[in-house]
Amino acid sequence: MLGYIIRRILAVIPVMTIVAVFVFLLLRLTPGDPAAIIAGDMATPAQLERIRTSLGLSEPLHEQFITWVGLLLQGDLGTSLISNTPVTQMIGQRVWPTINIAILTIVLSVLIAVPMGVLAAWRHRTWVDYVVMAFSVLGFSIPVFVIGYLFIQTFSIGLGWFPVQGYVAPSEGFGAFLSRAILPCLTLATIYVALIARMTRASMLEVLGEDYIRTARAKGVKEIVVLFRHALRNAAVPIMTIIGTGFALLIGGVVVTESVFNIPGIGRLTVDAILARDYPVIQGMILLTSGLYVFINLIIDLSYTFFDPRIRY
Amino acid sequence: MVASPQPAARLQWLFGAMAMPRGWRAGAGPMVAAAVLFLIVLASLLAPLIVPHDPMSMDALQRLKGPSETHPLGTDAYGRDLLSRVVTGGRISLLIGIGAAVVSVLIGLLTGLVSGFFRIADAIIMRVMDSLMAIPSILLAIALVALNGPSIWSVMSAITIPEIPRVVRLVRSVVLSAREEPYVEAAVALGSSMPKILWQHLMPNTLAPLIVQGTYICASAILTEAILSFLGAGVSTEIPTWGNIMAEGRVYFQLKPSLIFWPGVMLSLCILSINLLGDTARDKLDPRLKKREA
Repeated sequence: MLGYIIRRILAVIPVMTIVAVFVFLLLRLTPGDPAAIIAGDMATPAQLERIRTSLGLSEPLHEQFITWVGLLLQGDLGTSLISNTPVTQMIGQRVWPTINIAILTIVLSVLIAVPMGVLAAWRHRTWVDYVVMAFSVLGFSIPVFVIGYLFIQTFSIGLGWFPVQGYVAPSEGFGAFLSRAILPCLTLATIYVALIARMTRASMLEVLGEDYIRTARAKGVKEIVVLFRHALRNAAVPIMTIIGTGFALLIGGVVVTESVFNIPGIGRLTVDAILARDYPVIQGMILLTSGLYVFINLIIDLSYTFFDPRIRY
Repeated sequence: MVASPQPAARLQWLFGAMAMPRGWRAGAGPMVAAAVLFLIVLASLLAPLIVPHDPMSMDALQRLKGPSETHPLGTDAYGRDLLSRVVTGGRISLLIGIGAAVVSVLIGLLTGLVSGFFRIADAIIMRVMDSLMAIPSILLAIALVALNGPSIWSVMSAITIPEIPRVVRLVRSVVLSAREEPYVEAAVALGSSMPKILWQHLMPNTLAPLIVQGTYICASAILTEAILSFLGAGVSTEIPTWGNIMAEGRVYFQLKPSLIFWPGVMLSLCILSINLLGDTARDKLDPRLKKREA
């Protein structure tokens, strides 16, 4: 068991190394002069020179890489080309809105999606099942920003239930935070709910056919206990896996949703950085989100034994 | 146990394909999806011939007008005809969707075959694929477009690259289970060459799952293209695409929601039909599902 945990943690190293190499080469191997790409068509020679020194582009490639990784390991993601502040500081200032929204979204999604999937599997091939599946296909098919504008149009402008856009930190008033965060969270949750509900349904359908479910029902266990204790726990591993891999979807969704709802999080930071070609910020964001993705999937992998005691390493 | 059959029957008719893995006869869902998709593709192909106005021509006097006889869906902030733009916009979206699906399936197929068959290559290829999957695809695509410029080719490759690892994983898993089959052993024993075993004996096993995966990639590529354009990191704004029309409509959203509504509807209908057809294909082609039904 301990051996497995250590092996699994060590497996993160090659993946993150390749991600780092990839992110590093992304700019350097682009055809043309990287400094000119960042500076745009209107750049003066002085501006180009400043970008070259700032990113160390005049050094040989391997030396650039060593310097870059060295700084990276010390937690230095470089300095923004636009505002001249350290990237880590910029991310630190903007990360909390995103974290709050993301946590609320994940909690909301799991609370909505898992019962939906369980219900669909339990009432397989009835209208309940079809409604859940229809919702799931729709959730995959409507772009996240269309959902966002649809929500704004209906609930904020039409019904006037929530403010149109903006963000208030939970520390400045939880009610104000919630009234502004609920629409972005629901927007983000749509695709996540579709994904999790679908996987819960499929996984539950498989488990509900097992002998131990029949045994549990035969000895008179209440149906709700059969569903949630006997079946759901055994169906949990694929559901947990999809929550982890779906995290990448959430990141993509955050970038879009924050733009739609005007939330000053790291998603907006990324979009602004792209429009301004602020490469160190883009680079830092890709590294950060990839690291987060790898970390979350590590935790989920390690949690399997908790959900399914049959799994032994 | 079973709820009132009437709504069930109706929904079964509409979404039959998703829940009833009995193929194309199951319900009207896939038929409707195929018809909708056919219409969208046809309209996009014929766009230059059928649109009432030039999608690029501006008219300062006709800015942000509501629906009228000359402009059935109204006009945008530059006085351009919305209907013509929405119909024309499908061309790029579909081109990128189909292109991304074909290219990522081809590259993924070749890589996956090699990875599933040669153990040494497998270790390296799978580490690289794991890493690629760790990078959120939207961010990767954004970075690629930001660096390579807003041409259609750069957007298409930016969307294709993040899709490749999923195809590789799929092909590899099929190859790993198929290579233990007696017919592969027999081919090895008979001295068939390696490329022949890979292509003639192993590759056909991957075709059915690849068709299904290809449709999903096509749908997700169209979605990603729209998101990239919406964020300002997509195809050049001079070309009308569904994402670009919506991106320009953002500013006037409260004034004229239809600028986002109509391209959004087209986009969603298109992706929905492709996903429904993919589900139908999966149900029809996946032998495991068939067995469970029996």
